[in-house]
Amino acid sequence: MTTVTTPLEKQRTGAAAGPRPRRRPAAGRRRAPGRPSAAWALPGLVFFALFAVVPMGLAVYLSFTSWDGLTSPTPVGFDNWTRLFGDPEFLQAARLSALLTVISWLFQTPVALLLGVWAAGRQRNRAVLSAVFFLPLLLSTTAISVLFHALLDPNFGVVKEIGPWFGIDPNILGSSTGALLTIAFVGGWQFMPFHTLIYQGGMRQIPQVLYQAAAIDGAGPVRQFFSITLPQLRNTITTSSVLMVVGSLTYFDTVLIMTKGGPGTDTTIVPYLMYRAGFQSYDLGYASAVATALVVVATGLSLLMVRFSGFGAMRSTREGM
Amino acid sequence: MSAHPTAARPAARRPRRLGNPLAGAGALVWLVVVLLPLYTLISSSLTRQDQALSGNPLAPPADPTLDNYGFVLDSGFLTLMGNTAVVAVATVALVLVLSVPVAYVAVRTRSAASMAVFRTFLLGVAIPAQAVVVPLYLLIAKMGMYDTLLAVILPTAAFAMPVAVLVLTSAMRDISEELYEAMALDGARPLRMLWQLTVPMSRAGISTVGIFSALQAWNGFLFPLILTQSEEQRVLTLGLFTFMGQFGLNVPALLAAVVLSVVPVFTVYLFARRALTNGLMGVGGK
Repeated sequence: MTTVTTPLEKQRTGAAAGPRPRRRPAAGRRRAPGRPSAAWALPGLVFFALFAVVPMGLAVYLSFTSWDGLTSPTPVGFDNWTRLFGDPEFLQAARLSALLTVISWLFQTPVALLLGVWAAGRQRNRAVLSAVFFLPLLLSTTAISVLFHALLDPNFGVVKEIGPWFGIDPNILGSSTGALLTIAFVGGWQFMPFHTLIYQGGMRQIPQVLYQAAAIDGAGPVRQFFSITLPQLRNTITTSSVLMVVGSLTYFDTVLIMTKGGPGTDTTIVPYLMYRAGFQSYDLGYASAVATALVVVATGLSLLMVRFSGFGAMRSTREGM
Repeated sequence: MSAHPTAARPAARRPRRLGNPLAGAGALVWLVVVLLPLYTLISSSLTRQDQALSGNPLAPPADPTLDNYGFVLDSGFLTLMGNTAVVAVATVALVLVLSVPVAYVAVRTRSAASMAVFRTFLLGVAIPAQAVVVPLYLLIAKMGMYDTLLAVILPTAAFAMPVAVLVLTSAMRDISEELYEAMALDGARPLRMLWQLTVPMSRAGISTVGIFSALQAWNGFLFPLILTQSEEQRVLTLGLFTFMGQFGLNVPALLAAVVLSVVPVFTVYLFARRALTNGLMGVGGK
């Protein structure tokens, strides 16, 4: 069970050698002069609560009302919720969201992991390439969606030229599987640099001694990857996966701009359904129920993943960055 | 920078070099995947509209032109740019002014109250913007701010805060206790410590947070979509979306608008690459 000791080991051997041990005695001297009172945090807290926490609570409340956006919300009990679980559109959206999440994870994790491990080397060409790999992350989702929408135009887009090489039908956004896969791909294209960097950072924290020891024992690169790199990156994989899952459950701009939920309703994932119900049909109570369900699932999934990987056992996460 | 002991080098390197060809080839494939769309973006934006519809989109423009850029600039692009700049600057200012004290308290006091505040922000990372747009719509309307830039700025700043607090806290944690003690001996009060010690020492974290909040504000789409309406309050992302409908078959102009919308961000990236990438790397380097 070498993996269990990983976080501890990392804390001991990592760059965290700095202020940590010194701080502990200081924590006892609570009334030392020159410590700010907690009230300093109040403006930030109030502001954050007003625009993020309160609305979250309000969303739950609104999910028990009927509201058209103009008149006042009227309480309707569990109506929206019973409707939600019997609504074939919502069930399809939930299925599509789940599918998109799985596809995105399967696509992004291996590529980001390998790119990150590769980029962690310190040669100059890697730094240059990494800078190029980073570019998609700078573009807004809107810009990326508009760009890919143009590239994938069956009449004059790039897909018309390149598609046939790979046996891809140029009308890719017009086919139900193609559209969903495209959305997963475009999301991956955009967020790959982010996950690559996360893996690169994780990779750099693995003590070199482990690789030296393995090399002395005669382990080849493949063996080293599976016996050292992967287990050592376990927490990084969790972090990245949680962000990926929450990210793909909340894809929205891409769908609105590229497919408008189509063809038919084949890319109407949950956030898009929420938008359509709320801001196109002005059924804002129902939209709130959809949004609340989305948060519950996203949070539940992240907690589950954190639990299962033992990530929660770690404290003080960002030491030694 | 942590230089490896020279003695360790050969042993550490040899296995990597063996693994390189495959990983290197993979990286090259990804390079094509990244660059091809970007290349097409640029080359299409320089192509004349009539040629764009008939020619091969992969070929470089036979007769490059900047007309598309002129057309976009004449279509109200500068208003979009101006609005977005206002939103970005205001968001960064708000985020920093509000988050720095929160992180300072989280690092410097160990009271239950300050830990509770910190934990609130930690949980806040998990709230997706989509979950709150309906109530925000209600809130902003009730506050009389619907269809103003403020309606975009306030929630954007609030949603940038959790990550800001996390990054700032970790930057401030590395400031050694002795420095505070020395200042305390000089009779410094918390405000002076914050201003003369904490802020200068966590400059890297502060610039990371600034750049991230600016990027988030610059690229935000959902809040402007839901909380503004009129053309005067439109930001870049929304502008691209409406251009898409307006320009119809004028794809080169649309892509020129995309290029223009990215130029400021790329410029910042050129100067602040370190702050950006190091900040991100820290997320997983736990």
